[in-house]
Amino acid sequence: MLSIKNLHAEIEEKKILKGISLDIKPGEVHAIMGPNGSGKSTLSSVLAGRENYTVTEGEVLFEGKDLLDMAPEVRAREGLFLAFQYPVEIPGVSNINFLRTALNEIREYRGLPALEAKEFLKLTKDRQKLVEFDTKLINRSLNEGFSGGEKKRNEILQLAMLEPKLSILDETDSGLDIDALRIVSNGVNKLRNEHNAFVIITHYQRLLEYIVPDYVHVLYNGRIVKSGTKELALELEEKGYDWLKESYSETESVK
Amino acid sequence: MAKQVSTPLYQQLLDRFDGGLAIAQQAEPAFLKNARLQAQDSFRNLGFPSTRVEDWKYTNIAPFLKNNYSLDHEHAVLHENTLDAAIIEGLDCYKLVLLNGKLMATGYKEQLPSFIKIRPMAEAKEEAGFQKYFGKQIELEKYHLAALNTASFSDGFFIEVNANANLDKPLHIVHTFSADKDLFVQPRHLIIAHRGASLDVIESVVSDNNAAKMFVNSLSEVVVEENANVNHYVLQTAQEGLRLISHTEVSQKRDSVYSNYTFSLPSAELLRNNLHINLDSEHTESHLYGLYLGADHQLVDNHTFMNHRLAHCESNEIYKGVLLENATGVFNGKVYVHQDAQKTNAFQQNNNLLLSTKATINSKPQLEIFADDVKCSHGSTIGQLSQEALFYLQSRGISEDSARALLVTAFAFDVTEKIKIPELEVYINKLINHHIPANQEMIKI
Ligand SMILES: Nc1ncnc2c1ncn2[C@@H]1O[C@H](COP(=O)(O)OP(=O)(O)OP(=O)(O)O)[C@@H](O)[C@H]1O
Ligand SMILES: [Mg+2]
Repeated sequence: MLSIKNLHAEIEEKKILKGISLDIKPGEVHAIMGPNGSGKSTLSSVLAGRENYTVTEGEVLFEGKDLLDMAPEVRAREGLFLAFQYPVEIPGVSNINFLRTALNEIREYRGLPALEAKEFLKLTKDRQKLVEFDTKLINRSLNEGFSGGEKKRNEILQLAMLEPKLSILDETDSGLDIDALRIVSNGVNKLRNEHNAFVIITHYQRLLEYIVPDYVHVLYNGRIVKSGTKELALELEEKGYDWLKESYSETESVK
Repeated sequence: MAKQVSTPLYQQLLDRFDGGLAIAQQAEPAFLKNARLQAQDSFRNLGFPSTRVEDWKYTNIAPFLKNNYSLDHEHAVLHENTLDAAIIEGLDCYKLVLLNGKLMATGYKEQLPSFIKIRPMAEAKEEAGFQKYFGKQIELEKYHLAALNTASFSDGFFIEVNANANLDKPLHIVHTFSADKDLFVQPRHLIIAHRGASLDVIESVVSDNNAAKMFVNSLSEVVVEENANVNHYVLQTAQEGLRLISHTEVSQKRDSVYSNYTFSLPSAELLRNNLHINLDSEHTESHLYGLYLGADHQLVDNHTFMNHRLAHCESNEIYKGVLLENATGVFNGKVYVHQDAQKTNAFQQNNNLLLSTKATINSKPQLEIFADDVKCSHGSTIGQLSQEALFYLQSRGISEDSARALLVTAFAFDVTEKIKIPELEVYINKLINHHIPANQEMIKI
């Protein structure tokens, strides 16, 4: 589904991603962990098409198509979704109007007719239940004055509405209380199927107990320095990152 | 440097004062003749304002006065599609149509309730309301174009709503302008809402899209008597060839509420609105909401003047501007609080979005306060669309154009949400959406 090959990216001439390769197949869940500042959000931003990053090397194919060549909205319409680490507040744009515009533009791209008001409301209600999203929030301005946790839940509501093929969750668990974490995870698990895939960026093993990953990768200093299965997350929880940093700098000095 | 624009039009207009106009005005009531004479003197002294005049510093009308305008417009023809441009979908309303400032006889009398009186201005000069209220507020020696209008207007509309009457539907007045050769027109209007009356007026300004240029120097007076409530909407959506100077002089009496909503949209080359609110009694409430969206080479200038003369009055003003392409916007909001106007509450805010590197905005709040026990505040901002917000919307599959339109609509929301007529709010939002996506060359922060 997604194939990243030797991806290098920089911002303001500062190299952040230094050769990332990753393959994701339908039905898989990949977790990406790694210390602060290692480049996890940069990777997700580059995939989603944020403008200020420059890709200097490598390629990304999404279902065989050149992802980096697409405008951000085209990536979304092709089925890529990024749940932001820091969702943006947009005063004056109502949450519901936003969802409707997004859904209909995606449907139009896929050759589907716009949803009737009734169908749309039914879908919204249904998805709201799935992530237990407060109805009061749906009519408010997009994320404006939402609590940290409410914003994160809104990201997952959007995910549930738009039904992407590949979802990247950038620290969706941070800011969620224990109940919300369980609810959001259950929602994601219900949305999981053999046709879609998830990338879960997190600092905590706890989320991975709910959404069990097939693979765990450690990103450090712009590279994936270790990959493994879910046991790797447990190991990281126990030992931290130092042991990886050490072995990484050894390989670095050999060069 | 001269404070006047030098243009042959000036002499041409002066000649008319003593020629044809004088004959036409012979039968007018004495007070009006006097007012005309005084106005003639004022205009003779003032002429057309150059950018040396403080109030016209950023709005240079000289280029718009070069045409060889005709002062006669008897032969204009109204085009159906010009009129269609003013249709507000789904709106149940009474309707008046004017062509080049003259009321068209389209059966408006039959459709209206008897408590509202509508006349062509040319036939209203014997009306008690006209004699009582006409020209009472305007300082002719200060306002060049108001003086010119008073000296030489010939027609317009006169509307009077009886005491305690409540017009059940909005009155939609469509000002159409049409010409096959360059034309100079000066409409004059008067609206009187008597004690306890309430009225929603929507004025649309539309024009033909042909090569001829039209300079419109319009003057409206609005009287809001005790306890009356007037919602006054102005929608300027004329075509490129129109140059409009629109002066609105409002006077408010005790316990009255006046709300003005001015929407200046593409594509008229020049839009200059002077909106003056005179608070003549205590305990009044005024709301001024404005949205200007300038595109192409438009010059859109809003000058507002809140004249707090007496105590316990409240005014609230929000003007929002969006400038695209090569457009220039001017906002000058003057709030004058006289010494007697204790306990005044005056609030003013002007926010601007500059969406092109070639667009300009000049924003100037102007507070002059001579009373000590007042609450006044003002603020002015200039900004661009947030790139973060654009990316967020795009990342959900929304095209860049739609995302921009959503953000501009959101920016305008503080003003559009104040519209009390739902069909009108939908109409305005559609217009905003229509004008935004076409603009590819936007700047981002
Ligand atoms: N706009 C920018 N300008 C300069 N440096 C940037 C910019 N954006 C990101 N960086 C830098 O890139 C590096 C990677 O940041 P990134 O946000 O991808 O880290 P992360 O792995 O997501 O960290 P965290 O776990 O704290 O979320 C950091 O050193 C950060 O300071
Ligand atoms: Mg991050």
